[in-house]
Amino acid sequence: MKPSTLRHPARSLLHAIFSTHHRNVGFGYLAISFIAVAIGTLLSLAMRLHLTWPAWHFPLHGLILPEEYLALVTMHGTLMLFFVLTVAPQSGFGNLILPSQIGSRRMSFPRLNALSMWLTALALAVLLAAFFVPGGAPMGGWTSLPPLSATPLAGPGEGLGMDLWLASIAIFCIASTISATNTLTTIVKLRCNGMRWERLPLTVWGWFTAALLSVIAFSVLLAAILLLFSDRHLHTGFFLPSNDLINGVLLQHRGDGSPLLWLHLFWFFGHPEVYIAILPGMGLTSMVLANFSRRRIPGYRLMILTTLLIGFLGILVWGHHMFVAGLNPFAGTAFSISTMAIAIPSFAKVVSWLTTVWGSHRTPSSAAATSRFPTPMLFALGFVSFFIAGGVSGPILAQPILDEYLHSTFFVVAHFHLIMSMAGLFGIFCAIYYWAPLLIHRTLSEPLGKLHFWGTLIGAYSTFLPMHFTGLAGEPRHYAQLNGLAGPGMTLLQSTMPLQRHITIGAIGLALAQLPFLLNLILTLLRPAQPFDNPWNATTLEWAPGSLNLHPSNQSPVVHRGPCQYTASGENFLTQWSELTPSQPKPE
Amino acid sequence: MPPTLTPPEIDRHHHISDGNNGHKPPTDKRTGGNGDGDGDNWNNRPQGHRGPRERLAQARIGLFFALGGDLMFFIALVSVFFVTKASGHFDAYSHFINEWLPTAIPSILWLNTAILLLSSVTAEAARRTMFREHDAMDEWFGIGRPITRRATLWLSLTLLLGGFFLIGQWVAWDQLAAQHVFFRSNPSSHFFYLITVTHAVHLFLGIVALIAALMILQLSRSLSTRQVFVDTTVWYWHVMGILWVFLFLLLVYGQ
Ligand code: HEM
Ligand SMILES: [Cu+2]
Repeated sequence: MKPSTLRHPARSLLHAIFSTHHRNVGFGYLAISFIAVAIGTLLSLAMRLHLTWPAWHFPLHGLILPEEYLALVTMHGTLMLFFVLTVAPQSGFGNLILPSQIGSRRMSFPRLNALSMWLTALALAVLLAAFFVPGGAPMGGWTSLPPLSATPLAGPGEGLGMDLWLASIAIFCIASTISATNTLTTIVKLRCNGMRWERLPLTVWGWFTAALLSVIAFSVLLAAILLLFSDRHLHTGFFLPSNDLINGVLLQHRGDGSPLLWLHLFWFFGHPEVYIAILPGMGLTSMVLANFSRRRIPGYRLMILTTLLIGFLGILVWGHHMFVAGLNPFAGTAFSISTMAIAIPSFAKVVSWLTTVWGSHRTPSSAAATSRFPTPMLFALGFVSFFIAGGVSGPILAQPILDEYLHSTFFVVAHFHLIMSMAGLFGIFCAIYYWAPLLIHRTLSEPLGKLHFWGTLIGAYSTFLPMHFTGLAGEPRHYAQLNGLAGPGMTLLQSTMPLQRHITIGAIGLALAQLPFLLNLILTLLRPAQPFDNPWNATTLEWAPGSLNLHPSNQSPVVHRGPCQYTASGENFLTQWSELTPSQPKPE
Repeated sequence: MPPTLTPPEIDRHHHISDGNNGHKPPTDKRTGGNGDGDGDNWNNRPQGHRGPRERLAQARIGLFFALGGDLMFFIALVSVFFVTKASGHFDAYSHFINEWLPTAIPSILWLNTAILLLSSVTAEAARRTMFREHDAMDEWFGIGRPITRRATLWLSLTLLLGGFFLIGQWVAWDQLAAQHVFFRSNPSSHFFYLITVTHAVHLFLGIVALIAALMILQLSRSLSTRQVFVDTTVWYWHVMGILWVFLFLLLVYGQ
């Protein structure tokens, strides 16, 4: 190291920020997610407070107007889905861990990699700028449905705010495509010797499938954004019916477009997108459960296959978001069937997770895993729990006849927050606790970690489970206020108010439950770094000695077997990199 | 604790196999970026340092995935083309009104297409000269840089033809404008412009890549760097050419 870098920490910080090393890029992505999740959480709390106490004046702001409520919904959804659930698992950990997990010392295209991280940061900045422009943030929801999103006539945020949204997401699309290209090339070309496809850890399969989906889906969204932009500014009418009246004004444009077309394009992207968010977490859950149960993963090849199958079917089901949007009923039936088909590989995943952990009475197997359920294991189990709890409502919503009632109610909000948001979040936390020794050279505190886990678990269920009931009672999505209506509807919604208060308090609890985590991070970072040596007794390559800093002159690792090779007793195991084979014991 | 546990118990558990059931020794199948792995055996080097073929293969695979995404972009545009062409509305007298009026194709587009196809030929010639072993030998012995010389010629020709194509597209837009056919005139003209302009943007990126490749031909001393840049640029150029043929046929016969 040059002495000057030692003397000027500021300079070495700059060095790290503008480096193209995949670890720095990965941390950059995590920083983007952290900013997005912090803001997104505050926005969601504001929504809950307003729904529960609509007359409450927010300090520094005052009353929340209905259009401001819609802006909150939009920005919350966009931040969380794009900048948290897509960025952290796929791009963040996909850079921090993926190369060492396949025995590579780098990503394929380091400069493009850094470029896509900076583009993502730019996209976040452009999106957040929408808060500060005249008219404020857009209000079309994270799906930006036209005609609301196609003309500034639709409302205050639909002018410059909506344009910024489109610009931000267009940049995000390009960044994600570059990043996915990089991930795919790395996995295809940079596996170390012996790392055959069927020996890849399931996390790598998750990243691989999600990257394939990214390449396919984000370009379609980019095309849709281009068309919507031209509807807004170039007088076309791809998504606007002719002679449409918006807020009493006749739209001037050519063509006979249809909002349904946007729905097709958007959800062709949107459904793969939710799988991009969840597939890395699914892979990690498989590996972490096997690690701490000291068990092999039953049907390893089947698990690879289900990952790919979920990805493939995920491309064919977009119509299930459009059952009540005017979709041809026959198409609805077809989409309903393909959607139900996804439940099959999903169910296989759940069965595999449960059989991995079921009855695995293991004694603590290493110094770091002081209990049978160390924190990463708890978060992986939490992932399974949310995946099941959110998954059971999937096949319900997949039936057009039931969806007719449930679509646009809070039932859907409950479904996707459990299965995607909470499962995805638990996947991210699982990754942080599990890989902390590799990321920050220290293990996080177990007691604080457990407090964090239980707080988050209870907070999440008390927030999102009751939404099923308010949804069944008819609470609509995207409504700023539940009182003030006339007639029986009012009575029905008013009767959900106690539950609404419960949900809001749960949400505040969920946010507060993150304080132990932050405290944990800070306290751990204040401790000196500790040398570690595969603290979880894991079998995958990222834990091989020196795997993080493979020097070009080092011999690159050689892989001899698939992951998760534990003996029946679970006491002993073979790592992917150890040379020993059972039939040829090491010579004395 | 040692990173690898090697207790005797593992020996007794024969079901811990290396996963290949005795078929092949686990590492004889190479993965990752080796070429044909012949004589000079790049595979003994650390992965990521296995020589020019590895870089080339990586660049090609990367381009393949990126172009796959790009293809989806155009598939989306073309799908919307067909949807829009078929859609209409009912007027007050229950007549189905479809406003689609096919946009006449300026005949210069045929010429442009021919030029673009020709430019693919010159580009391919440039790509092939990059891999001529004789010339590489000359360079190795310090006799000159015949590879760079020839490839520069072919690439400059490609650049010129590519420039002609873009100018030709500009003329086509001009001619349409003279007939008062603008982007906003008709649903079909939306698509004429959307398709030709997005393709032109891609081709412009190709021209930027050509210029970059030409500069690298002059500046870079490593043959493999020059090969990677020229090779990927040319493949990109070919794909944009084929794409144009499809888009052009769509505009001519699909409207
Ligand atoms: C068994 C598997 C699943 C089935 C059958 C299923 C079915 C459905 C259906 C039919 C809808 C549309 C409901 C409506 O809008 O009326 C829906 C919405 C949604 N699902 Fe799923 N789903 C499944 C798994 C997942 C997974 C794994 C994720 C994410 C990781 C997910 C995320 C979402 C999201 C985000 C929405 C709402 C989007 C919106 O309108 O903003 N779903 N699901
Ligand atoms: Cu979906």
